[in-house]
Amino acid sequence: MSEEREPPPLPGAAQTVFPEPQDAEDLFVSAASAMESPEAACLSAEDISPSSNGPRDDDPDDLFAEATEEVSLDSPERQPILSDGPSPAITPVTPVMISPRVDVFDRSPDQDEDEEENRDTFDIQISVSDPEKVGDGMNAYMVYKVTTKTSLSIFSRDEVCVKRRFSDFLGLYSKLASKYMHMGYIVPPAPEKSIVGMTKVKVGKEDLSSVEFVEKRRSALERYLLRTVKHPALLKDPDVLQFLESSELPRAVSTQALSGAGILRMVNKAADAVNKMTIKMNESDAWFEEKQQQFENLDVQLRKLHASVESLVCHRKELSVNTASFAKSAAMLGNSEDHTALSRALSQLAEVEEKIDQLHQDQSYADFYLISELLGDYVRLITAVKGVFDQRMKAWAKWQDAQVMLQRKREAEAKLQYANKPDKLQQATDEIREEIEEWEGKVQQGERDFEQISKNIRREVGRFEKDRVKDFRVVIIKYLESLVHTQQQLIKYWEAFLPEAKAIA
Amino acid sequence: MKQTFCVIFKKESSIIAVDSISCGPHCLMNVDLQTDATLQVDISDALSERDKVKFTVHTKSTLPNFKQNEFSVVRQHEEFIWLHDSFVENEEYAGYIIPPAPPRPDFDASREKLQKLGEGEGSMTKEEFTKMKQELEAEYLAIFKKTVAMHEVFLCRVAAHPVLRKDLNFHVFLEYNQDLSVRGKNKKERLEDFFKNVVKSADGVLVAGVKDVDDFFEHEKTFLLEYHNRVKEASAKSDRKIRSHKNAADDINRIASTLYTLGTQDSTDLCKFFLKVSELFEKTRKIEARVAADEDLKLADLLKYYLRESQAAKDLLYRRGRALVDYENANKALDKARAKNKDVLQAETTQQVCCQKFEKISESAKQELIDFKTRRVAAFRKNLVELAELELKHAKGNLQLLQSCLGVLKGDT
Repeated sequence: MSEEREPPPLPGAAQTVFPEPQDAEDLFVSAASAMESPEAACLSAEDISPSSNGPRDDDPDDLFAEATEEVSLDSPERQPILSDGPSPAITPVTPVMISPRVDVFDRSPDQDEDEEENRDTFDIQISVSDPEKVGDGMNAYMVYKVTTKTSLSIFSRDEVCVKRRFSDFLGLYSKLASKYMHMGYIVPPAPEKSIVGMTKVKVGKEDLSSVEFVEKRRSALERYLLRTVKHPALLKDPDVLQFLESSELPRAVSTQALSGAGILRMVNKAADAVNKMTIKMNESDAWFEEKQQQFENLDVQLRKLHASVESLVCHRKELSVNTASFAKSAAMLGNSEDHTALSRALSQLAEVEEKIDQLHQDQSYADFYLISELLGDYVRLITAVKGVFDQRMKAWAKWQDAQVMLQRKREAEAKLQYANKPDKLQQATDEIREEIEEWEGKVQQGERDFEQISKNIRREVGRFEKDRVKDFRVVIIKYLESLVHTQQQLIKYWEAFLPEAKAIA
Repeated sequence: MKQTFCVIFKKESSIIAVDSISCGPHCLMNVDLQTDATLQVDISDALSERDKVKFTVHTKSTLPNFKQNEFSVVRQHEEFIWLHDSFVENEEYAGYIIPPAPPRPDFDASREKLQKLGEGEGSMTKEEFTKMKQELEAEYLAIFKKTVAMHEVFLCRVAAHPVLRKDLNFHVFLEYNQDLSVRGKNKKERLEDFFKNVVKSADGVLVAGVKDVDDFFEHEKTFLLEYHNRVKEASAKSDRKIRSHKNAADDINRIASTLYTLGTQDSTDLCKFFLKVSELFEKTRKIEARVAADEDLKLADLLKYYLRESQAAKDLLYRRGRALVDYENANKALDKARAKNKDVLQAETTQQVCCQKFEKISESAKQELIDFKTRRVAAFRKNLVELAELELKHAKGNLQLLQSCLGVLKGDT
């Protein structure tokens, strides 16, 4: 694919392309140029610091400014304890380092619209397939093949196949969440762990329930990846690209529940919950209040719906089993019936019921994979949305705290004026002056951060709602079509049976 | 024969009244009951009170035995059982298939559900409560109609039987307008019954072991034994199937409610979507519930009825087998008596009596069993045809609803 590209623009041109591209095409062209000519990437090193895969440090709007400090280039393995640093530089396996465009995080809403329209010609297909069990006993795990087919130029090849295990997916989510969530981006959550399900698989039970479990997980992982790449910012994130493309991935140890990072996560979650209760935000923006309430309501209803659909899946499976067993008993009855015509009709009835039981089973799979899983995904997504609103609250709290500190410093300064220690006065005054400046800066930063996250959230929520409408529409229509098919089959079966019943003489 | 009846269910705190419903022609189990002008019996009305059901038995007859041509009495379930038992205990009827007794009216499950609903009234919205109450009432009504039908079928069968219809107890049952003072069996009597049944089934095994000279009866014996067991199995399985079906319909009901709430709350274009789908599911759920109910009526009830009938036929064979054994024993006793030349006359009389009894039973039994087969085949045919027709009707209705909704939804996008 890269061979077909036009020759890269002149290095000089490369530098000026970045700030405000008019539409997505240019973005990819410039990405391609960066790919083909590592020199060009180096040349534009002034814009992009190779020591981070975040945007340049000096960008005033860059919320990452603090985050990039902790990256160490030397250790390719991220230190397991730190769960809020960005990931380190890409391992040597990938020859190219893709730095995201600076302005990915600083877009104006108009560009987003353009990007969104182009997303309809969004050309990337991801499939997760061929689950394989590796290892034995309690250390065993499933490995999935992730195939990416795309014509997008940020990818090095048209088609890439890699092998990933479940913890790799969790690791990816963890990285993305730590990078983007505090900016107000809705990061799609990864599928949940299931100790019971996995233990069965590990133990090696080849029964239906563990097969279904693996299939359920495979499907969930696929949906997770598709949702992740649908997000314009996440698609270009180097971690995502690395995940999809590189054949070796550093093991995400920190995703284990009992690891240091896992425990830290739990502590953080608890702290967040406490904070949420104590932060009393003065909401000046009605939009946010309204949206939060809407998402609360949506959460409640979706959970309720999910529970009902799960119950339906269960009952339909039961119906299928009971119909099958009835079919058998009807066949036996037909066998013992000594009136020939009636005997034959009963056997036919048994056959019809058998076909119907298969129909019920297929319908229950549709119930599950179409509706139930979608609802489950959205329940988790809404948790992510609520999380993003919480992040905004945290940003507000930080801003307010900075204001309080500033106030205190100013009061301290005022007090100093009235103190009567002339010799120490100058030094203390200077110190206070410095601190005041520092806190003034923090207040300004806090305010900017707060506005930025609010802006981001508005945009994200808009995108989320659009996606939600599309998802639900598509799925519900597919589901109704499956119901139509079931009824059509039923009609066929009973129409075939009716003359048999009438033929009983 | 059309009939109307009214149901009033009185509970301690609430009265749930259901309006009169007219019930179409029943006697669903038996097709060829002669609507003989000389004796027509039906249940024209029924009332359900706290723990008993009162049936109004209506008779039209041109027979001279009755004082009037048309009259009605009120009977309870126990009186039906008394009548049935009197047939069974009557030696004269040993050679007939006694129409099986109707099952006891069982509203316990329904009553329990209604009670739970009343208790949980506070925890659900007004619409949900009304909806569930309506469903429970419909369920109650369905059970009620069924029990009326079962009792009526019993009476119709007796009225159609050439010999049983002349039974004196039957006439008393139909005509005597006072309470028959038939109390339910007390503990002692029920215990006696239990032992009688144990003895009978042990005896039945012995009797069944005796090979019959007559091919017809030998075949019938083998056939009925197997058939009875298979019907039992099929009946149990069909009940389970129908219950799952009802559960699934209930789930769809809840889904429809939640979709409705989602539709009213949603701020995006989805609100119309959700409302339309909610409406659709409300309708399809009703159809699914009807499918389950019709399967219950046409299939499950059919199997249950023939379970009881095949048991009655087995009982007939048992009585005949018993008579055969008695006859053979009498023969042996006679031979012994003749050999010893002692009590020969007595032995001869006994032998004669046994012989007559056995032959009488055999003769009528043969006809009864042939009739049984005819009835059975006809009933199965009728019900299977009706089942298939109803399934088709419902599936087509469902399909039409789904397709029209899909059309609207797709057109919207």
